[in-house]
Amino acid sequence: MILDSKIPEGALAEKWDKHKFNVKLVNPANKRKYDIIVVGTGLAGASAAASFGELGYNVKAFCFQDSPRRAHSIAAQGGINAAKNYQNDGDSIFRLFYDTIKGGDYRAREANVYRLAQVSVDIIDQCVAQGVPFAREYGGLLANRSFGGAQVSRTFYARGQTGQQLLLGAYSALNRQIAYGKVKMYPRTEMLDLVMVDGKARGIVVRNLITGKIESHSAHAVVLATGGYGNVFYLSTNAMGSNATAAWRAYKKGALFANPCYTQIHPTCIPVSGDYQSKLTLMSESLRNDGRVWVPKTKETAEKLRRGEIKINDIAEQDRDYYLERKYPAFGNLVPRDVASRNAKLVCDEGRGVGASGLAVFLDFADAIRREGQPAIAAKYGNLFDMYEKITDENPYEQPMRIYPAVHYTMGGLWVDYNLMTNIPGLYAAGEANFSDHGANRLGASALMQGLADGYFVLPYTIGDYLAKMPYDKVAVDHPAFKEAEQNVVDINNRLLSINGNRTVDDFHKALGHIMWEYCGMARNAEGLQFAKQEIRKLRDEFWRDVKVVGVNEELNITLEKANRVADFLELGELMVEDALHRNESCGGHFREEYQTPENEALRDDENFAYVAAWEFTGVGNDPVLHKEDLKFENVKLTQRSYK
Amino acid sequence: MNWFTKTFSSTVGRKIVMSVTGLFLCSFLVVHLIGNLQLFRNDGGEAFNIYSDFMAHNGIIRFMEIILVLGFLFHIYDALVLTRRNKAARPVAYANSHPEENSSWASRNMGLLGTVILVFLIVHLWNFFVPARFGGLEAVPDKDYDNLYSEIVLAFKNPIYVAIYVISMVALAYHLIHGFQSAFQTLGLDHKKYTPFIQKFGVAFSILICLGFASIPLYFFFFV
Amino acid sequence: MAGSNPNAKLMDLTLKVWRQKDKNSPGQMVTYPVKGISPDMSFLEMMDVLNEDLLRKGEDPIAFDHDCREGICGMCSLYINGRPHGPERGTTTCQLHMRHFKDGDTITVEPWRAAAFPVHKDLVVDRSAFERIQQAGGYISVNTGGVPDANAIPIPKSIADKAFDAATCIGCGACVAACKNASAMLFVSAKVSQLALLPQGKAERKTRVENMVAQMDIEGFGACSNTGACAAECPVGISMENINMLRSEYLYAKATSENI
Repeated sequence: MILDSKIPEGALAEKWDKHKFNVKLVNPANKRKYDIIVVGTGLAGASAAASFGELGYNVKAFCFQDSPRRAHSIAAQGGINAAKNYQNDGDSIFRLFYDTIKGGDYRAREANVYRLAQVSVDIIDQCVAQGVPFAREYGGLLANRSFGGAQVSRTFYARGQTGQQLLLGAYSALNRQIAYGKVKMYPRTEMLDLVMVDGKARGIVVRNLITGKIESHSAHAVVLATGGYGNVFYLSTNAMGSNATAAWRAYKKGALFANPCYTQIHPTCIPVSGDYQSKLTLMSESLRNDGRVWVPKTKETAEKLRRGEIKINDIAEQDRDYYLERKYPAFGNLVPRDVASRNAKLVCDEGRGVGASGLAVFLDFADAIRREGQPAIAAKYGNLFDMYEKITDENPYEQPMRIYPAVHYTMGGLWVDYNLMTNIPGLYAAGEANFSDHGANRLGASALMQGLADGYFVLPYTIGDYLAKMPYDKVAVDHPAFKEAEQNVVDINNRLLSINGNRTVDDFHKALGHIMWEYCGMARNAEGLQFAKQEIRKLRDEFWRDVKVVGVNEELNITLEKANRVADFLELGELMVEDALHRNESCGGHFREEYQTPENEALRDDENFAYVAAWEFTGVGNDPVLHKEDLKFENVKLTQRSYK
Repeated sequence: MNWFTKTFSSTVGRKIVMSVTGLFLCSFLVVHLIGNLQLFRNDGGEAFNIYSDFMAHNGIIRFMEIILVLGFLFHIYDALVLTRRNKAARPVAYANSHPEENSSWASRNMGLLGTVILVFLIVHLWNFFVPARFGGLEAVPDKDYDNLYSEIVLAFKNPIYVAIYVISMVALAYHLIHGFQSAFQTLGLDHKKYTPFIQKFGVAFSILICLGFASIPLYFFFFV
Repeated sequence: MAGSNPNAKLMDLTLKVWRQKDKNSPGQMVTYPVKGISPDMSFLEMMDVLNEDLLRKGEDPIAFDHDCREGICGMCSLYINGRPHGPERGTTTCQLHMRHFKDGDTITVEPWRAAAFPVHKDLVVDRSAFERIQQAGGYISVNTGGVPDANAIPIPKSIADKAFDAATCIGCGACVAACKNASAMLFVSAKVSQLALLPQGKAERKTRVENMVAQMDIEGFGACSNTGACAAECPVGISMENINMLRSEYLYAKATSENI
């Protein structure tokens, strides 16, 4: 299979405009003859579905939550980047492009990233017009802040709830189309299979999560905007329901899965407090603007602290190791996420971690409070401090926060071309569900930008190009391909329901998460990955022998829902390991211990690995086939990332 | 339905009717109390009897009486319609509920308080209004007006009546403590500068008015 | 360090939980003992523990809505010990921690109760009425593209902040659950206020409030009695001011709009 990225010819800055002119258009009167399915209603899905509806297409939108407004985009805190240069501080489309390519450790497509930077400015205009209440200055103009170590202030924000406000904006646009009858919304409905007719994506099979009814929906194109797969780790900052099932079942139907090993581990999360823990909570990256990260200088001191023999304040200033400031004097506590996370792991591995488990580092605001006063710190971070206290019962004004890295975002996803179409004609992937724009590491405030770029400003153009070449004919849902897919879904459900084993779904999920975190987490090595692959296969076999799923299909059955998702994670986990194992280099969110500089920094191998790894399914338990899409860099020079 | 009836049969519209009529009834309370204060004049009821004769026969007052009755009727009718709707909005009750943690008792029991007030109103009308308005009182000797005053003196020697009146005024006070400020909210009149004043004024108004009314039966029971 | 104290005293509790098979079946409160609950658990993690127990015994686990577990998605919705989202103010159920309960406590857990929120199963209710209210007008009618520059219309910070305060509603339905009349006024008013405050929303302010209130009434929510219970229990602190603003918007719209 030859992967054609369909990147338009021409100069970088002109590619998208040229492409928009070259794509075929669907006559306004003919748009109503086409049906589009959108799965997922986060930023990418809701914005795409609304925009399709506005153009005149008939849209069916699906989400597993009880309302599109609850998609996990809602939890994004920090902000959204846009190259508006409102602050007159030297930002430009090229600079945003450059920062994103570099931040992604040179593993993303230039053309895609440049387009992202181009449309970023339109996103802000669109959101403001929808009534998104971004932060403003006293003069009434929009405020910006610097985020994630960027040298310019290009991040637009709505307090610590930017994702919520952007999603509610897209949700309102979606509601308007639902009211007009252009979008039919199916909440509490989960996609369980992709249906292909004549090699093209023509529909999906879903389960109604209330009644259990298995239904088919036919369309001319299918868009998957189903988010990332971070929950393969069990504990992550993802929502409990976030899952990979839609994307994974598309993969099993022939869609390629790209760069699955690129996982972003966010450095500032509240540490795990016990086995019962169900999810991890992110504390905004902005905390690192004022908080200082440290651990005790020696293992002995750390042990005493953990045993409660000494108090935090008993540790003298010279016995504290502000390791980020020490190792990276230029960026200090503001190094990118992957670097901060890895270093936290390093000091904990040395036995210098804090908290009962030893898996935490301090984020200390004492200096900032001394410098600026408690009210100033409360004004900046009050809601975050409150949230921290609510969860941990500790007052961060009085003692340092304890933080530890946690899985946050997955850069990998379904392989898509420049049009965001997968290798399956008519199947598109948008937002976190695709692999396209963040390379090996995503910068802060870029996920919201990408989701909305895909949904508002890319797909509405590119999907027309495909539909214009499609006949209007609809495929009836009693077509054999639909019947077969439905049967497949019924069979899987029946199989899960009939095992009646001894271990619960959560039990398996936790075990998988443990393997993934230990061997395919912040640092990986060949030996560990080989071991993990075997362990996952064993666990998967055991799952299908011994999982306990109660009840029947024809009801609201929370265990059956989970079992389907975990069954897919058990396969996806293996693919992540496979990808991590083959990529003999370190880059961004993929750190192989064998490949590091003498200073423990990620060591890329551009000679051999400057490509997208797109994997093809060949059957469960069989090794997938690797397809490579070479990345060409014509506008940026590949350098070693340095934050010293 | 035209836009007008549609507006005032929506939940928001009906509350607006409740609010406007409620405030109107508050103004009636003020007038009524000021008139009744004449009972405290030490003139054997002369001023009060003249006043009540005027109230019973003056044309403008008779007209206002109709408005007042309509005010009561709309207030009560919309209360009934909304209460029915509100009950239907929660057909299954909570097994365990602690509303006292989030709202005042009066605000949750306006219907109950209103019913107490309505019962009182009937008793009160029967006692004084009906005889004064439709006859049945003895005339004051040598005067062309009736002696409502002596009727009051008589009634308030009865401890049961006094108790009914005082308890009813407590109910009215609670009804007003929530109702007065709530009426302004319902009209959308809310401002950082004025709302705190309206709320404090509402409490003072409710207590003073009801103390005023309650003092009458107590005064006659204990001191006359 | 209570947040990670392995020696924290574990609690044994009694849960009384509403169980209901589906929309059409009657339900009842069922009592379950739960043992060994850490005070650092969230309420939903405690429910997870109970569910794992039930599952191991082959019983149907208790269905409840939840997703982000960080207080923002608005999916979780339990009426705990007589109050929506439990006893802590400004807190969603998922952010309520067991340290607010004592060993030996009996805790009642019920679904939101409202005719407009019928029970799907156990503690899961159907909040689609909220969706239909939003669809009736909770938006600004702009298509993608062709909008003015974001800074073309300055918005005073005080107005933007007020609009933001209203916009933080998470749509959980605690306001309806708390209200003695099961009124949805706080929810509806949050959206009406947000869009009425912003210059972008002014064009449709009259039809918006008219249509959203009409839909709210169609859905069968009760009327607002200004008890303030909604705002007191709102996990994100949406204020009663919004309800008052809705009313003035409504009066203004009804008096001046040309919609007959």
